[in-house]
Amino acid sequence: MSEQQEEFAIRVRDLVVGFGRQTVLDHLSLDVRRGEILGLVGASGGGKSVLMRTIIGLIPRRSGTIEVMGQPIGGRTQGAATAWGILFQQGALFSSLTVRQNVQFPLRENLVLSQELMDEIAIAKLEMVGLRAQDADKYPAELSGGMTKRVALARALALDPPILFLDEPTSGLDPIAAGDFDALIRTLQRTLGLTVFMVTHDLASLTTVCDRVAALADGKIVAIGPMRELLQSEHPWVRAYFHGKRSQMLQHEMR
Amino acid sequence: MNTEPLLLATPSGDALKLRPEGSWTAANVTTLETLSRSVGAEVDRSRVVTLDMSGIRALDTLGAWVLEKLSRRAASSGRSAEFVGVADHFSGLMDEVRQVNRHTPASAAVPNPVLLRLGDLGKATVGAREDITIFLQMLGALFMAVIGVLRRPRTLRLTSLVYQLYRIGWQAIPIVVLITFLIGAIIAQQGFFHFRRFGAESYTVDMVGILVLRELGVLIVAIMVAGRSGSAYTAELGSMKMREEIDALSTMGLDPVDVLILPRVAALVIALPILAFIGSIAALYGGGLVAQFYGDMGPAIYIARLHEAISVTHFEVGILKAPFMALVIGIVACSEGLRVKGSAESLGRQTTTSVVKSIFLVIVLDGLFAIFFASIGM
Repeated sequence: MSEQQEEFAIRVRDLVVGFGRQTVLDHLSLDVRRGEILGLVGASGGGKSVLMRTIIGLIPRRSGTIEVMGQPIGGRTQGAATAWGILFQQGALFSSLTVRQNVQFPLRENLVLSQELMDEIAIAKLEMVGLRAQDADKYPAELSGGMTKRVALARALALDPPILFLDEPTSGLDPIAAGDFDALIRTLQRTLGLTVFMVTHDLASLTTVCDRVAALADGKIVAIGPMRELLQSEHPWVRAYFHGKRSQMLQHEMR
Repeated sequence: MNTEPLLLATPSGDALKLRPEGSWTAANVTTLETLSRSVGAEVDRSRVVTLDMSGIRALDTLGAWVLEKLSRRAASSGRSAEFVGVADHFSGLMDEVRQVNRHTPASAAVPNPVLLRLGDLGKATVGAREDITIFLQMLGALFMAVIGVLRRPRTLRLTSLVYQLYRIGWQAIPIVVLITFLIGAIIAQQGFFHFRRFGAESYTVDMVGILVLRELGVLIVAIMVAGRSGSAYTAELGSMKMREEIDALSTMGLDPVDVLILPRVAALVIALPILAFIGSIAALYGGGLVAQFYGDMGPAIYIARLHEAISVTHFEVGILKAPFMALVIGIVACSEGLRVKGSAESLGRQTTTSVVKSIFLVIVLDGLFAIFFASIGM
């Protein structure tokens, strides 16, 4: 294990991604340190989700390199479940499986273990994300938005992956539930030593849980650093994002 | 990084010292289960169990849980167990794992399989009544919608109706023609082959004509439309239901029956007789081709015999059934679509139900019509 691999969980170099004639990511470079929570902000349709989906291999790239835990990522993502967990925006729970089966799915597909242990692990994960054992036999259609996100998080964490990708984890949650979810991510990140890559628009999440924030504009990372530094940034888009009316209150809090 | 996990057990009198070593992670789960099972008997015998965690190189939730489970087993019935030497960066995880799986819910009692079957039978019986109710409700709602349109013809969704006609009528013509053509040809070939033994080949034309016009033309086309368009209706309305589009329509003061269902069912009622007519002609044409190339009967003779064998009555009997079959297909497809619940599985189940049920009902309806027409002498 070299020092560099210890330091960075994800390294993206000169990444170019486009669809047809449109170039979405233009020679983008980004490093995610091991054990940090990195928040990614950007305009709607500006390529945040594209960047995340390219890193996890769902979208092909035109050029550039991506290393995850020191391993270069190829076109396809075979055996990826042990490398990272992904929380999709809508949860993406398998609707034909119960909550318990959803959480067990990565375990069942990747490991050989007894049903008893699998049940216990599934319940343990559900309790760690703040659900009760009674919820385990419900179907995804019976869950509220917040519960769906929690179950999806439990499934993403089923194999204790070192990296967790979150796509707008707090969107669609009320402020209390969103705050709880942020706290949960913080706790789990500390407990399990996770590296978290979070795409979000939630200024409160950025302020409270993210160690660093990266701003994506015009297909590039235009600013990266702790929230305080980003607030000082002179880049016009970053200024517009953090100094708009909606952000005033939060900045007030930061000072 | 990944080292083989070990579990060293050192018994001393009543006490047992367990020292796990290596990577206690999900990747080694099979070994971990074997290890924890192998010390199970010793753990049960000892009064005091100490788990020395200092040898652990890597730990994740799964490994932590296996160890926690051992310690809970050791601590049961008044005995004691403790963890020592937990490294700082693992202590958070160990504390977390200590909280979980404390409240196991009572597992549901396994019901008697015979009772379960009987219960299913009972539910299906009650369900059948519900199905009839829903069918009649939908029929009534459609009737009301039709009356509404007759009173104010401007409220008819003409664009939607024309689009549905294009989709389920016009676009269905090629496949309907192809299949009915083949069916006509097959019936004619079978007729010639088997009637030849009695020297009754010429009656093949009677058989093809009557069978196709009275029964098969409309029946085959209705079954195809149920599979092709009925399933599409169910899936469309079902996914609209799932995405709350139908609720959105209702809140805007619009009746989903007027906006979505009436144009669809009306399009079916208009299109199915036309398709049945086209299909019947294609089947007769297929029969004619077989007559020429397989039965050595020229087109002129075929048409002349057809002219003698069939009358307008036969055609009427067939085509009169088509709108009723269309109505049944449309009502079943739309009401099944509205019964879709939130999940993708439910959408698939209702689509299957829709097609199976509408084909079944079409055949039952055909039987009822056969009795009816026979009794009035048509």
